[in-house]
Amino acid sequence: MLLIHCPYCEEDRSELEFRWAGEAHVVRPENIAAISDEEFAEFFFLRNNEKGLTYERWRHIHGCGRFFNAARDTVSDRFLMAYKAGLPKQPVPVAEKFAAIAEEKSVETWEQTEGDAR
Amino acid sequence: MAEIALRTPVALGHHGSQNAMLSQAAPATRISLRVRSEDVSALSSALGVDLPVKPKTSTYANGRTALWLGPDEWLVIDEGESGLMTAAANSGALHSATDVSHRNTAIIVSGPGAAAAINAGCAQDLSLDVFPVGACSRTLLGKVEIVLLRTAEDAFRVEVWRSFSDYAFGLLAEGARDAAL
Amino acid sequence: MSASSNSGAFRIKGAGRHTPARTARFTFDGKSYTALEGDTVASALLAHGVHLLGRSFKYHRPRGILTAGPEEPNALLDVSRDAARRQPNVRATVQEVFDGAKIASQNRWPSLRYDIGAVNDVLAPFFAAGFYYKTFMWPKEAWHKIYEPIIRRSAGLGVSPTEDDPDHYASRYVHCDVLIAGAGVAGLTAALSTASTGKKIILVDEQPEVGGALHYDTSTTIDGQNGYDWAQATVAKLKAMPNVTVLTRTTVFGYYNHGFLGLVERVTDHVAKPSKDAPRERLWQVRTKKVILATGSIERHMVFANNDRPGIMLASAARTFLNHHGVAVGRNVGVYAAHDSAYEAAFDLKRAGVSIAAIIDNRDKPGEAVLAEARALGIDVLTGHSVVDTAGRLRINSMTVARNGNFDRRKIKVDALIVSAGWTPSVHLFSQSRGKLKFDDANQRFVPDIYAQNAVSVGACNGTDDLAELIDEAISAGGGRLALSGETRFEWTGGMIGATEGAGPDHAVKAFVDFQHDVTAKDIRLAVREGMHSIEHIKRFTTNGMASDQGKLSNMHGLAIASEMLGRPIPQVGLTTFRAPYTPVTYGTLINHSRGDLFDPARKTPMHALEEAAGAEFEDVGNWKRAWYFPKRGEDMHAAVNRECKTVRDVAGVFDASTLGKIEVVGPDAAAFLNLLYTNAWDTLKPGKCRYGIMTREDGFIYDDGVVGRLAEDRFHVTTTTGGAPRVLNHMEDYLQTEFPHLKVWLTSTTEQWAVIAVQGPKAREIIEPFVEGQDLSNEAFPHMSVAECTVMGVPARLFRVSFTGEVGYEINVPADFGQSVWKAIWERAEGMGACLYGTETMHILRAEKGYLIVGQDTDGTVTPDDAGYGWAVSKKKTDFVGIRGLKRPDLVREGRKQLVGLLTRDPKEVLEEGGQIVADPNQPKPMTMLGHVTSSYWSENLGRSIAIALVAGGRSRMGETLYVPMADKTIVVEVTDMVFFDKEGGRING
Repeated sequence: MLLIHCPYCEEDRSELEFRWAGEAHVVRPENIAAISDEEFAEFFFLRNNEKGLTYERWRHIHGCGRFFNAARDTVSDRFLMAYKAGLPKQPVPVAEKFAAIAEEKSVETWEQTEGDAR
Repeated sequence: MAEIALRTPVALGHHGSQNAMLSQAAPATRISLRVRSEDVSALSSALGVDLPVKPKTSTYANGRTALWLGPDEWLVIDEGESGLMTAAANSGALHSATDVSHRNTAIIVSGPGAAAAINAGCAQDLSLDVFPVGACSRTLLGKVEIVLLRTAEDAFRVEVWRSFSDYAFGLLAEGARDAAL
Repeated sequence: MSASSNSGAFRIKGAGRHTPARTARFTFDGKSYTALEGDTVASALLAHGVHLLGRSFKYHRPRGILTAGPEEPNALLDVSRDAARRQPNVRATVQEVFDGAKIASQNRWPSLRYDIGAVNDVLAPFFAAGFYYKTFMWPKEAWHKIYEPIIRRSAGLGVSPTEDDPDHYASRYVHCDVLIAGAGVAGLTAALSTASTGKKIILVDEQPEVGGALHYDTSTTIDGQNGYDWAQATVAKLKAMPNVTVLTRTTVFGYYNHGFLGLVERVTDHVAKPSKDAPRERLWQVRTKKVILATGSIERHMVFANNDRPGIMLASAARTFLNHHGVAVGRNVGVYAAHDSAYEAAFDLKRAGVSIAAIIDNRDKPGEAVLAEARALGIDVLTGHSVVDTAGRLRINSMTVARNGNFDRRKIKVDALIVSAGWTPSVHLFSQSRGKLKFDDANQRFVPDIYAQNAVSVGACNGTDDLAELIDEAISAGGGRLALSGETRFEWTGGMIGATEGAGPDHAVKAFVDFQHDVTAKDIRLAVREGMHSIEHIKRFTTNGMASDQGKLSNMHGLAIASEMLGRPIPQVGLTTFRAPYTPVTYGTLINHSRGDLFDPARKTPMHALEEAAGAEFEDVGNWKRAWYFPKRGEDMHAAVNRECKTVRDVAGVFDASTLGKIEVVGPDAAAFLNLLYTNAWDTLKPGKCRYGIMTREDGFIYDDGVVGRLAEDRFHVTTTTGGAPRVLNHMEDYLQTEFPHLKVWLTSTTEQWAVIAVQGPKAREIIEPFVEGQDLSNEAFPHMSVAECTVMGVPARLFRVSFTGEVGYEINVPADFGQSVWKAIWERAEGMGACLYGTETMHILRAEKGYLIVGQDTDGTVTPDDAGYGWAVSKKKTDFVGIRGLKRPDLVREGRKQLVGLLTRDPKEVLEEGGQIVADPNQPKPMTMLGHVTSSYWSENLGRSIAIALVAGGRSRMGETLYVPMADKTIVVEVTDMVFFDKEGGRING
């Protein structure tokens, strides 16, 4: 079970209190009524679903109730940072990034352990 | 007008073990209060209790407890039948106050095993250094949401929505039974 | 007989740590035995010379006790306290004897000694690895009817109990600074060191007493004290410290993300008469900042022909039975080893008076110290030899020995054979924490390399063999200062993985690698020959390591055999993934309190008790219990619902609408916010008025609906569907916090603040009038779709003039605690006027008669407001709302979309089935073109016929068309109509 830092409660809390809310920094166009089908598809349907460092939204739904953004490495599940909603995409501190990469390498992934089973 | 309506609160009764007693709190007046930071002091004076601005803390004054639930959200509990809504309305400042007196009911958990009883279903660290007297938090107890307030070293108030109170009481009773061992 | 001889002929006087006077009686397969307190079932049975404990999984071979710990693959028993408290597959080496325990062997018929299934052993050539995959491929039908039932009966382990588990299980969340897994020398030392820093620690050990290897290892002294005694003194010291929690009989079964670990504590399984309040087991969910892994190592068996007979066991197990339990595993014991540690077992047994037939050492050069000691004790040692076979039907009676590379064999009589191939570090938890292992080539073992979490491994699980080094490692892991010295008599050398000469290579011998799944060395070689080159494939093909012991003994042997066959070094062959749980965990522990009433909250409205007293049947709507219908004496559901439907339209009905979701939207920008969240326009709604609103998602599909009342310029009372309340609030909060944070508005759930009493029907006004103060209820002052804050029975109330029936309707909202009192008074008056109580079934029918939509029943997440016939609810003037763009998508504006329409069956008595598919031509070839499906269908007593609502392609352009609903036994003819079946003009709603 993940331990998630809530930037509003300023504390690490159990994943139980949170709900994942999809990719972060997908901005709803101000002129949404006027955008093209392609732009709408880009905004509403298409997500990057990146492996590794991702920015995602969480809601501390059973805590302070706030939505916030977090940078998480989807390979190691390590949270690199969490910051309040409304702030622009925050760069991940370099040290954190290196730690995450090292960790990513240390983690046994499917590719490493079962990959050659293909 | 025919008759005056009578109040029938949820009946949970008493339960517990020698280490953790459970009882139902008396009916109280409650508001869910939403205020922007610039208006906190206006609402504090209007209500007669300083709204805490530090996460996970509460304040108590004049029979009223203000619990920090979120950066712009408080639960204010008055043990009497006082005019919290009116007091907030008279603040003259921008806010949202909603009467939730009947939405919640409260269970008092007390005794040396109180924290252990709650920890049967609550994942928060309830040790005194992390969750001291006066600390409060919205969190989960098993499958239901609660607001937890530590009123003394060995006493907690568990605020829960009324239809979840049977479940919360039952789970706490199991926790209390285990905390007695 | 003395107490000690009572407790078994194989008890050694003066050996072991149990008190001879403290006995417990138990039965095994119906026969009664005496044990000593502290015995495991294994040690108690061995004390009586009982070695045969079960039959193997596939071949039904006689099996005994292989280990003395949780890694046991063989000795799985059925342990019961009474008829309901019965647990299959219990490890005899873990289960402590309690007085009155009833223990039975498994997987045998008719008896343990004569088991018919043993014919499988003779038929073994047919049961090689991959047998199931290859044999039962064809014919397909035969699998379910013939093969599977037979296989299930003949293979397998215990039988699960059929009665409900009467025990209860507890759960506890706990936080600490350091969790220490394992309380052997390393764990205890690390605990002492950590505790001295003041950190909050939890020390966990799976055994009843701490000490780990010190249970058997009598040649280790710490600080001049006998190791086991030191361990007990140390744990007593630790328990006295306020910052230390010691949990024994507790297994760390899972090491998950971010310092989260799952522990199971066995609270009463060893107790003869447990207290009623004590849980059987307790789940500990621990969040810790750091983990010290001191999980030790597990001894491996030797892989050779017929290495599975009862009486063959690990050397360390024999030592545990002797030194801890005071039990000799035989009178004439053979030793087969590739590691020095087995010698120490032989020394201990010899000193206890057991004769040692010989030590067969697979190595040419054993450790010099142990060799010298063996000679001094007069024990024969055959180095460079292998055990190539064993004999004995139900227990070993001899071993056949040959010099390596030589065919000369000789038989040596033994009544037990103890084996050791060396030690495998227990890296299970480390690997579960997603740490990465490295292969220690010199010692042929995997050890921790790169940590993924804040953890440190100390002692044997880290590959640290030297005692002084181990103590230093543990002290430094704990971060404290501590002076501790340890001494041990022999430094151990040796170890091997894989098969010995006695295992083949390809004789028709059974040299077991995995005892629980009956996997032999030959099976693994066969897997490689058949093309399995990945250890993951080999594992699945052979099922090596897939039994409930998860290959604690077998994985390394299997890997080495595969590596040899593949001609690739072990690190390149890889290791299968270690997964939680470390040892099996009961479902009772995992679900703990979540059963019975606590399985899920049962939400009851404030009036629930009154409805129950009125005879209501309830239905589940989400977690809510809602009154479904109110049968009178002698009425079935149909009769009750027909009566309720008629009465509401003829007189009036009283309905509990408290479960409707309610959200208070407050702030100067409340209307602007609702404008963005609903398709309707809200700024035009005057205070005191209500409007039906539809909420779409960004994709344009209906998400929820409900009536919204404006109480003041800056205060709205929003209602949602019963099931939709939490997700609608989440959806609103999402937009408010992240897309429209500039709006000055706040949302509060008030679902439970209000008890909602709906009174609907021609006499509704007359019924409620006397109770209402502060609001003129006349049509002029309070028309349909009005809302007012007033007083009902002296209580501040919110009164809505709304209707979900098409009749004059009111919904009285009073603070929840007043719900019962107001309901009672209103119902008393309503009943006197001939009204009825009605439930959700009647509510559904009455709304269907009027063609009102139920989101989630008539819609399914692909229906737009226009599809539903609610296009009028979508504002044409607004420049933005959630869904405005989605609604313009080409697919959402095309012709021919499915639309909600009414359906009338040609036979008015025929009631369609909800979900029934609709076609234009019932005679078309299959697969037919489906036009849509029936979403709602009822008998309407008010209309004297059936009615239905359906989603039909191009539905609104098909008015009057005849369509068909093909059923299994008939085809139902229907006509497409509009959705309003009753009071088409809609006059009744205005009274």
